[in-house]
Amino acid sequence: MIAALEVTPAWYLVLGALIFGIGAVGLLIRRNPLVMFMCVELMLNAVTLTFVTFSRMLNDVGGQSIVVFVLVVAAAEVVVGLAIIVALLRKRPEATADDLALLEG
Amino acid sequence: MTMELFVFAVAAVVCLGGAIGVVASRNPVHAALSLVATLFGIAVLFIAEEANFLAAVQVIVYAGAIVVLFLFVIMFLGVDRAENLRVEPLTGQRLAAGILGIGVTALVIAALANTSFEATGVKSSVGELSDGSRPDISVLSEALFTRYVFAFEITSVLLVIAVVGAVLLARHVRKADEIVDAGQAERAEEVEERIAAAEAKASGRRPPAHTYASGEQMEASDDVSASGDEAEQRSRFEGAGGAEGLEPADKAKA
Repeated sequence: MIAALEVTPAWYLVLGALIFGIGAVGLLIRRNPLVMFMCVELMLNAVTLTFVTFSRMLNDVGGQSIVVFVLVVAAAEVVVGLAIIVALLRKRPEATADDLALLEG
Repeated sequence: MTMELFVFAVAAVVCLGGAIGVVASRNPVHAALSLVATLFGIAVLFIAEEANFLAAVQVIVYAGAIVVLFLFVIMFLGVDRAENLRVEPLTGQRLAAGILGIGVTALVIAALANTSFEATGVKSSVGELSDGSRPDISVLSEALFTRYVFAFEITSVLLVIAVVGAVLLARHVRKADEIVDAGQAERAEEVEERIAAAEAKASGRRPPAHTYASGEQMEASDDVSASGDEAEQRSRFEGAGGAEGLEPADKAKA
């Protein structure tokens, strides 16, 4: 029965949706800013997986091009975000997401 | 069992396990390492979908750079303590988040099922991904450097802005009284020793022979001042002429 199964693009799409959901839940329940940031990365990766799958389904290079730009933007976002987290946690190593107003002014 | 099914199953398990690990790890270092597992699993899936270049970039940029940056920040700030996940600061937050997460996932899957998991767009509207003769990197680079060349150039501006922003945000401006340079503690000790020597001289004693002596003897005298109380130290200074004389005493004490 297992031998009859064939991997269709739908599987990749569902896997992407599951990873996206796990990342979203993590972003909502975790309070450590670093771990929240990792959850954002999870969601970004789920979306890139979906892009690549659609790119293959439509035989279109546009999807893969978007993924390249997503990677660049993710790198820039991580750099700036981690700099903010460094500035925040340097003031208070115990800081959680609730303390993000610390950097005000 | 076909090869593609096997690859997909293993990579999917790695991805989902890593994703759950990111969310459920108490220690941020473990979360970062779980993130590597997920990213690697997605890279394997990219290869299974014939996006070889993106798989390589995924491993290099994500696992090689972004996760290392995460680990660097975790260890640089020393926040690698385990958190207590049992406490729920906002009552009902986890339940609400869980319902929302399941809802979002179900919504996406329902939207996909609505078109029976088929892509409804125009095929190859930007350009053909593969005509069977060229590798994916060749097709992708052609699209990036012709059709998307303006966006590609703009990303360089984005990266420069990100670097400047990171430097500006992470820079720590110290106030003047906070500045501590490397040798300050040693110099303070030296000044104290000199004051002690001057006091000893003023009270009619000869200063110990090695007060202004060379490095080795200084170290020996540091050992003494660190180990003994002041009276013991003084008697040793008087009895012994130099560092050689101190060594047996140190050994005896040890």
